[in-house]
Amino acid sequence: MKVTIIDYGVGNLRSLRRGLEQADATVEISDDPQQIATAEALVLPGVGAFGECVRNSRPFHDVLVEAAEDTPILGICVGLQLLFTESTEGVPDGETIDGLDLIPGRVERLPTTAVKVPHMGWNQLTIEREHPIVAGIDGAASATRRTVASVDDGAYVYFVHSYASTVDSHTVASCDYGFDSAAIATNEAGNVMGTQFHPEKSGPIGLRLLENFVAYAEAYHDDRAAVH
Amino acid sequence: MLTKRIIPCIDVDLDEDGNPAVYTGVHFEDLQYTGDPVEMAKAYNESGADEFVFLDITASAEGRETMLDVVNDVADEVFIPLTVGGGIRTTDDIKETLRAGADKVSITTGALERPELINDGAKAFGSQCIVISVDARRRFDEAGEHYVEIDGESCWFECTKKGGREGTGIDVLEWASEAESRGAGELFVNSIDKDGTKDGYDLPLTKAVCDAVDTPVIASSGCGGPEDMYDVFTEAGADAGLAASIFHFDEYSIEETKRYLDERGVPVRL
Repeated sequence: MKVTIIDYGVGNLRSLRRGLEQADATVEISDDPQQIATAEALVLPGVGAFGECVRNSRPFHDVLVEAAEDTPILGICVGLQLLFTESTEGVPDGETIDGLDLIPGRVERLPTTAVKVPHMGWNQLTIEREHPIVAGIDGAASATRRTVASVDDGAYVYFVHSYASTVDSHTVASCDYGFDSAAIATNEAGNVMGTQFHPEKSGPIGLRLLENFVAYAEAYHDDRAAVH
Repeated sequence: MLTKRIIPCIDVDLDEDGNPAVYTGVHFEDLQYTGDPVEMAKAYNESGADEFVFLDITASAEGRETMLDVVNDVADEVFIPLTVGGGIRTTDDIKETLRAGADKVSITTGALERPELINDGAKAFGSQCIVISVDARRRFDEAGEHYVEIDGESCWFECTKKGGREGTGIDVLEWASEAESRGAGELFVNSIDKDGTKDGYDLPLTKAVCDAVDTPVIASSGCGGPEDMYDVFTEAGADAGLAASIFHFDEYSIEETKRYLDERGVPVRL
């Protein structure tokens, strides 16, 4: 499985590449919209501020929206926030800035009154519903599984963020930090997903999650090949 | 629940042959050879460490080039957050270090000499990757701005440069608040008085900084064992505890440190 990481100048992609390689993926880092349009699986990384990521990722918006029709996509941190409908980051009170609207939801600032913001450090997941990204996949994927860790209730992952989406029917896993927010979310079809935390920085649990994504992408293309 | 973080730290210098090596010292001096940085990083990645800090203590430009290569190699082995510090003075230095595979940069002197570096760095790369490090020294005179009682004496904390060899006259608590307002994402609090002593963190210092800012505080210098971590979390309110020698010389493992804390009700990732 070839996974394409979209390079829009958001800093350190090294661990992400290495993490995906450990999951037996061939990794390509690209800023070429054409290459991205034909990718088998896409990862949208994200570090820093939403506004800056929106600006930097603009050349890839149309390609991403189109790719979402038939390609597994994983957004990470601000990369996930970009996949939601809108965000309140960096705009005056009461206004919002548009995301890609691939997953319904609004990204809002964590409540500073209750907790320290940014939410920085290791926190636990609560699984809200089934999805291959958290469950792991039977069959073909188990043969390549390297880590014994599993992404389940109580698993610790590494967060660094000041904004998040609230929990709704698109939430696969939540995290309690002053209030419950979406830690993993997906679209209706299940092929567009994202993590608010950094799997590439979350030790064995995070590597397992990247493995799950690669396995999901393989199964996704196998299923489609069988249908056509 | 958000856990308290246990962070091993390595100080990396070039050895006689120009190869990178980890050194451990006392009061920022008397360094002794401890191991190979990449091997140590790999071991810590598997040990249950919550983050990893890599401090480049070489002074030369040549050393810096070599270090970025080492950061590259370390980043390939580490799937936990990696903070790199040492000699960072410009936004280009920050960029290069992040590109080499660091998730955060730790800045000491560069920010004291040009505080705008914090604003520029936070704006370009996000506050989450800007860690401001202070090398604090206790002073029992009347030149400070904020005082705490230590053993019945009135004490303030001064920011030092060059590993404690040079004073700045700047009050640590003033600087911590300023760094936070300029966009620092975390504060890394070292104590010249406690470094390498293993008789515990500087609790009055750490508590004073924790009370002064809302930003996460990483306590450093003086850790002699799990009980010191316990004290700095429960008495001083630190968000993370950093240690070098107790882990490097296998006096305690990360896991047994975490078990000790867990048994006493401190939230840790096990």
